[in-house]
Amino acid sequence: MSRITDWHIMGALALAGIAGPLLLPGLATQIAFLWLMVVFALTWDMLGGRMGYNSFGNIVFFGIGCYAAAVVQRDAGLPYFEGLALGLLVGAAAAVLAAIVFGAAMLGIRGHYFAIGTLGLGIAAGEIAAGWDYVGAGSGMALPLYPGELGSRELFFCYSLFALAALCFLVFRWLYGTRFGLALNAIRDDHDKADAMGLRTTPIKIFAWSLSAFFLALSGGLAANMIGFIDPRDVAFAGATFGVWMVLMAILGGKGTLWGPVLGAFVFHITQELFWTYLLGWQRVALGLLIVVIVVFFPQGIMGWWAARRARAVS
Amino acid sequence: MSALLEVRDVTRRFGGVVANKDVSLTVRQGEIAGLIGPNGSGKTTLFGCITGTHAVDGGDILFEGRSIAHLRPAPIARLGLLRTWQQTRVYGEMTCAENMAISAREAQGGLLSLLGSVPASTRTRAGDLLAFVGLHEKRADKAGSLSFGQQKLLEFAMALMNEPKLLLLDEPTAGINPTLINGLIDRLRRANAELGVTLLVIEHNMRVIMNLAHRITCLAHGEVLAEGSPDEVRADARVLDAYLGVA
Ligand SMILES: Nc1ncnc2c1ncn2[C@@H]1O[C@H](COP(=O)(O)OP(=O)(O)O)[C@@H](O)[C@H]1O
Ligand SMILES: [Mg+2]
Repeated sequence: MSRITDWHIMGALALAGIAGPLLLPGLATQIAFLWLMVVFALTWDMLGGRMGYNSFGNIVFFGIGCYAAAVVQRDAGLPYFEGLALGLLVGAAAAVLAAIVFGAAMLGIRGHYFAIGTLGLGIAAGEIAAGWDYVGAGSGMALPLYPGELGSRELFFCYSLFALAALCFLVFRWLYGTRFGLALNAIRDDHDKADAMGLRTTPIKIFAWSLSAFFLALSGGLAANMIGFIDPRDVAFAGATFGVWMVLMAILGGKGTLWGPVLGAFVFHITQELFWTYLLGWQRVALGLLIVVIVVFFPQGIMGWWAARRARAVS
Repeated sequence: MSALLEVRDVTRRFGGVVANKDVSLTVRQGEIAGLIGPNGSGKTTLFGCITGTHAVDGGDILFEGRSIAHLRPAPIARLGLLRTWQQTRVYGEMTCAENMAISAREAQGGLLSLLGSVPASTRTRAGDLLAFVGLHEKRADKAGSLSFGQQKLLEFAMALMNEPKLLLLDEPTAGINPTLINGLIDRLRRANAELGVTLLVIEHNMRVIMNLAHRITCLAHGEVLAEGSPDEVRADARVLDAYLGVA
């Protein structure tokens, strides 16, 4: 019997990613959001799952990506795609810089204190953006109109977010197979031991956060353009929605596992879309209940639950 | 033999408790040194001072002639001075093989050097050292699933993986099945003789340390009570007193 390997799943996902929007053009935007959620979960898991640092502030890097793109596209005077490309680059660079600065200041803090500190980071960023006229303050910013023909816009963002999610997954998958991946796990399992064994924990932690920031900023620039408008608190620094979902999806799927965050993003996003369709008016309540169910019944995530089931079946 | 480690008049307080008071000791290149003393006499604290976990309140610590008293744990480890813990510390969610791989000397390099997979030579050495401590069968098991004694052995193997010049072992036989203790002593000796690792061993079991160490320092109430060869220390009335007095 031939076993299903990572490559089979990746192949199937690639096929779905390419053919999906063509077969179901009406769902292109939902599919684009799905890939965005995959990026959210993967980037959160690098710290939360692999390194044991639960960040509630990763949304900051997404927001930086949103605003960098909006500002560059507004002020650079470039045609749409050139402006978008430059905006993405500037956003990624700014987010990495922010991760280095925040990381140097905060990654020395352990446990719950780090989580709470990063939560403050996300809230502060939203407040700053909402009070800063240069970026539209509380009324947010509109992104330039997509120039292509009708219908091509959805496909463009669907494919670019798919490409980003795929790139993020492949880069992370490779990294987790290197000594860097082992070093992250070592920091998670016993930080003091890792220090005492001479690992360079500070640069390792900052690098990990910078990588998350890099991919999140790119996703922010693309998402801002896809949505067409950024509100400081509801889109860019949406800590209560996007910011919490990042954590939930990684935990739901199984943090610290290769496929957990991807699976979590799929289950969460599809469930959420169904709630919106079939439980209109109650979708927030249903979402809240889903969160409770996740925490109570899948504390180790779907991957952890699956592994425990298999282990029981074997013994 | 030249001094590899020199502890000079080290003092360390915890609030009002003076855990180490003017402690001086020397570990010579290539030897197995012993550190004994009743519970609470400051042995583990001294390890913390030497390896940078605790800042010293007074005195100096020299490794290969250079002061390390102001250094953090990681730079001290990179100089080739490692410790193990009385309560054992391993990476619980990682497999034994992964624990070994990330303990290799090259894992202490900069970020760029970490961006590669574990070299085959490292895997081989990890396998050899796991076999050396009798854990080869467990190499794919999570370290957290091992018994306490097995975790101690794994921690010892991880330290050897790092090729330290000096290894401080905090009660290596505690929690080890008594029938396996002789085998462990033999391995400590082989690590010293064959791998060239100088050892400083805290040991509660008098029989073990008298057997193992070339020289012994005895602490009591945070101060050095006696030092010398096993025979000298065994014959010292104050040492007997300290042990019997507590027991
Ligand atoms: N982290 C700490 N905080 C406060 N007191 C400590 C700490 N570590 C050790 N001590 C105290 O220092 C003394 C020496 O302890 P320790 O070095 O663990 O002794 P030993 O290893 O010889 O049993 C004890 O009185 C202990 O309570
Ligand atoms: Mg002790």
